[in-house]
Amino acid sequence: MPIVIFELPDGTQRKVSAAPGTVLMQAAVSNGVEGIVAECGGNASCATCHVYVDDRHTARVGPPNDVEDEMLDFTAAERRPTSRLSCQIGLSDELDGLIVHVPEEQV
Amino acid sequence: MTSTRTDPSTNPSTSAAGVVVVGGGQAGFSVVSALRSAGYDGPVTVFADEPHLPYQRPPLSKKAHTDRDGVRVDLVPESFYRERDIGLRLGDAVTAIDTAARTATTGQGLRVPYDHLVLATGARNRPLPVPGAELAGVHGLRSLDDALAIGRALTTARDVVVVGGGFIGLELARVAVAGGARVTVVELADRLLSRAVSPQLQEHLRERHERSGVRILTGTAVHAIEGTDRVRQVVTDRGPLPADLVVYGVGAAPRDELARAAGLAVDDGVIVDEQLRSITDPRVCAVGDCARHPHPHAEGLVRLESVQNAADQGALVGRRIAGSPSPYASLPWFWSDQGDVKLQIAGLRANTDEVRVAPGDSPERLAAYAFRDDRLVAVETLNWPAEHLAARRLLERRTPVSAADLAGSTLGALARARRAAEVRT
Repeated sequence: MPIVIFELPDGTQRKVSAAPGTVLMQAAVSNGVEGIVAECGGNASCATCHVYVDDRHTARVGPPNDVEDEMLDFTAAERRPTSRLSCQIGLSDELDGLIVHVPEEQV
Repeated sequence: MTSTRTDPSTNPSTSAAGVVVVGGGQAGFSVVSALRSAGYDGPVTVFADEPHLPYQRPPLSKKAHTDRDGVRVDLVPESFYRERDIGLRLGDAVTAIDTAARTATTGQGLRVPYDHLVLATGARNRPLPVPGAELAGVHGLRSLDDALAIGRALTTARDVVVVGGGFIGLELARVAVAGGARVTVVELADRLLSRAVSPQLQEHLRERHERSGVRILTGTAVHAIEGTDRVRQVVTDRGPLPADLVVYGVGAAPRDELARAAGLAVDDGVIVDEQLRSITDPRVCAVGDCARHPHPHAEGLVRLESVQNAADQGALVGRRIAGSPSPYASLPWFWSDQGDVKLQIAGLRANTDEVRVAPGDSPERLAAYAFRDDRLVAVETLNWPAEHLAARRLLERRTPVSAADLAGSTLGALARARRAAEVRT
């Protein structure tokens, strides 16, 4: 099972294990990670599960899809080149050790 | 302010009694989650009539569920409550409240004191008022158990009749047709979603659903459901429809009888103030589907049935009890996934006097912009989440947008231009 790390705005890290086949947002919500709101439950409808992928991992994670790319223009916290919606990041063993940064605000 | 008394409903000092939350849905969960996040350290207990951990309701009508293990709908795992010392009394409903003694009584006979009591009881489905509605094979859809029963029935159903062309009915119709069943939606009104969305979108949605294979009969009444041991057909004023599964979604009513019995003001929902406190007793408040409340985006009191409303109201009350009061002002928003149609609504469209429909940049995208006194107040989008989000940003900030502002443009373009201007200044 891949282990992923959410770094919160205050610098603390939450390390969680995720079942392959689930998405990063689900891993956060299932483990009660603060700051991943996921109001829509993971349907690419709300942009409240925004994360910044760590610079060292962007190549492994890849770019946003088209709909996600448009939505990222309207996140509550500023959009950066590393912005993704965590409900659109499928987890696999290749993403073991992934670090993402949780933004200050989601809604 | 001339009074020096502390408002009891915002006093963070905790006595032994703590907070009792009545109802284990999205609203109740949001209350307890926010209480602990905001640092409240008194006793917190959720009483829920269902035996399940609090779960997400939106997925229940949007996909077919056949077994509990296949349904990943828990809002958070059980450990979340344990780690935060949140009491969960599942399968034990509060049956009475004594506001003078500040106690709640449960079905299992517990008598629980409280400093603050939160009513998060939700709504119940309106029953289908026709003979035969009690036959096997006839289901409402609100709870996880309902969804599991319907999911199991869909594995063998060939003829599915959906009574009611509202959000739940249309979502479920698309699930059923995708599973290979013959599906007919029977709607009493002349249009689908007649109260919920603009007429132009109603027509568009109808076309989309008919193209997917769903048969739609509007302006059609159901008179009876017939069968011997289980449903066999639905009798309508256009004749009988064969059916081995009937799902109805004909509206919901707030579960406000506990409040009424306790002597609190109730009128199709528990009447609360701008901080969601009962106007009768500030130690009791109501959140989510069961609350009727003032709202800056509405004229008069409103009662909203949505996840957003439940989550935001619950969080507001949690923060208030923990010591950070604020009036409720969240922009209402809503979504419905109906097969290949993602419908999203931002704002409240009641009392609007003009609706403009604009196509998006691809054939499946559409937006309807609703104005009141030439000011944008609500936006409905199909398959266009970015435009929905732009609408939310602009409506939340109360940015005035006129029909002329939108001519030949989109809210997305307006919002991007505005953000760019903010960055420059």
